[in-house]
Amino acid sequence: MGAGIAIVAARAGFDVICYDAVDASLLRAAKQSQAFFQKSVERGKMSEVERDTVLGRFTCTTDIGAMAACDLVIEAVFEELGVKQKLLGALDSVCSDHAIFGSNTSTLSITEIAAGCKRPDRVVGMHFCLPAQLMKLVEMSPGLLTSHTTFKTAWDWTVQCGQISVKTQDKPGFILNALLVPFNNDAIRAVEAGVADAESIDIAVKAGLGYKMGPLELIDLIGLDTQIRLSEAFYPVTLDPRAACPPLLRRMVAAGLLGRKSGRGFFNYTGNTMFGA
Amino acid sequence: MAYMILQHGESRSFPPDDPFLAAAAVQADIVLHLGTPVAPDPGKVAVVVELGVECLADHAEDDNPVYTNVVGFSRFRNGVDSPSKLVELVRMRVTADNAVAAAKAMFETAGFTVVICTDQAGRILDRLLRPKYNAALRFLDEGLASAADMDTTCKLGLGYPDGPIERLVRGGLAHHCDVTSALFATYGTAAYAPPRMALAARRRGAR
Repeated sequence: MGAGIAIVAARAGFDVICYDAVDASLLRAAKQSQAFFQKSVERGKMSEVERDTVLGRFTCTTDIGAMAACDLVIEAVFEELGVKQKLLGALDSVCSDHAIFGSNTSTLSITEIAAGCKRPDRVVGMHFCLPAQLMKLVEMSPGLLTSHTTFKTAWDWTVQCGQISVKTQDKPGFILNALLVPFNNDAIRAVEAGVADAESIDIAVKAGLGYKMGPLELIDLIGLDTQIRLSEAFYPVTLDPRAACPPLLRRMVAAGLLGRKSGRGFFNYTGNTMFGA
Repeated sequence: MAYMILQHGESRSFPPDDPFLAAAAVQADIVLHLGTPVAPDPGKVAVVVELGVECLADHAEDDNPVYTNVVGFSRFRNGVDSPSKLVELVRMRVTADNAVAAAKAMFETAGFTVVICTDQAGRILDRLLRPKYNAALRFLDEGLASAADMDTTCKLGLGYPDGPIERLVRGGLAHHCDVTSALFATYGTAAYAPPRMALAARRRGAR
């Protein structure tokens, strides 16, 4: 995810410093970025000179001290409050006072993340969608202590990057996941309740609503284990029964049916037949 | 595949100028009830009953073998929007496979996309959609985001053709109230309870 956001920034003309504590992760992200811009050249979307110019804006480092040069730092680390708070605390000690911290969290509270540093007025939610280099949407959320100036500066930056931002309150899942995670769980419960099979549910959603993808196909794509993680992030905070993890989902994950990445979830990706839950 | 129609009043699935109505035969092995009372008819391959917010069991008693050839259907429609191409075909525990197959073939021949579901309130789409729309209306009331931003998020983030609020308003909030009221009466869970904006639309006589 971090690599995608870095591509967005570099493409818009900003110098980008990519920090990761693990060298191998940096290398992988750099290769992904190079491959993305190479494809852009092959598809005629940019020249080789433009590609080299954009790639020249990237610096990769395992030294967090290098972030001192940044005006805006967007974190996209593991979706765990303690991990994000610890990172912001570390950034606090190396970054300049005026630097803004953006969090790419999709589920956690911006206010709680900001509590990990001494500049909560300069922390803002900036949730990019996967894959960030292709998706235009950014959910922008001010925490309770975020200043108007911080929010506006970060918002204007996304506009300069060519993104389309929406403003949401600092609530679990913001807009997108707050609507999507319970909806996906409802689809699983419909299978579990014997309303219809997975294939019929997806066909109904696509034919009736014009969605490009059915909810069960989407869960297979994001991973059934990820859907559990999302449910476990939402339910304790919201106590919304729709956000609670459906029993069928746990059984399927226990059986190794994780979706596309394991070859089978609600659908079988060797024969594309429906899972008979 | 030939079918005949018994109709009383206007059908939500097939407005008066719908070609499906014009293609009906005078006599056929499949009979469609559009608003007419359903009675056992063992002489037909399939007795196909149009459903609104109700269940098929409202017309044909559960587990009664005289209704083995009775199949329910609903052509999905968002309020006052034009009907979609989707037909949800409803079978009961007692429904015979050949009756379902005949009804499915009839609708598919007429160009519809057909899915089969069991006789549960809301079938597939209303069961899935209405809690999500309720959440969107509640989010709007609570100030999570503007209607435009919620719709934009769904279109850009999920690739939906329209957002939940614009779809609800276009189709009619009072219609949403009617559907959620029926679902809430069956399931009794808060997710299906008609939300403030839908109740208000119904009370002031809006569509």
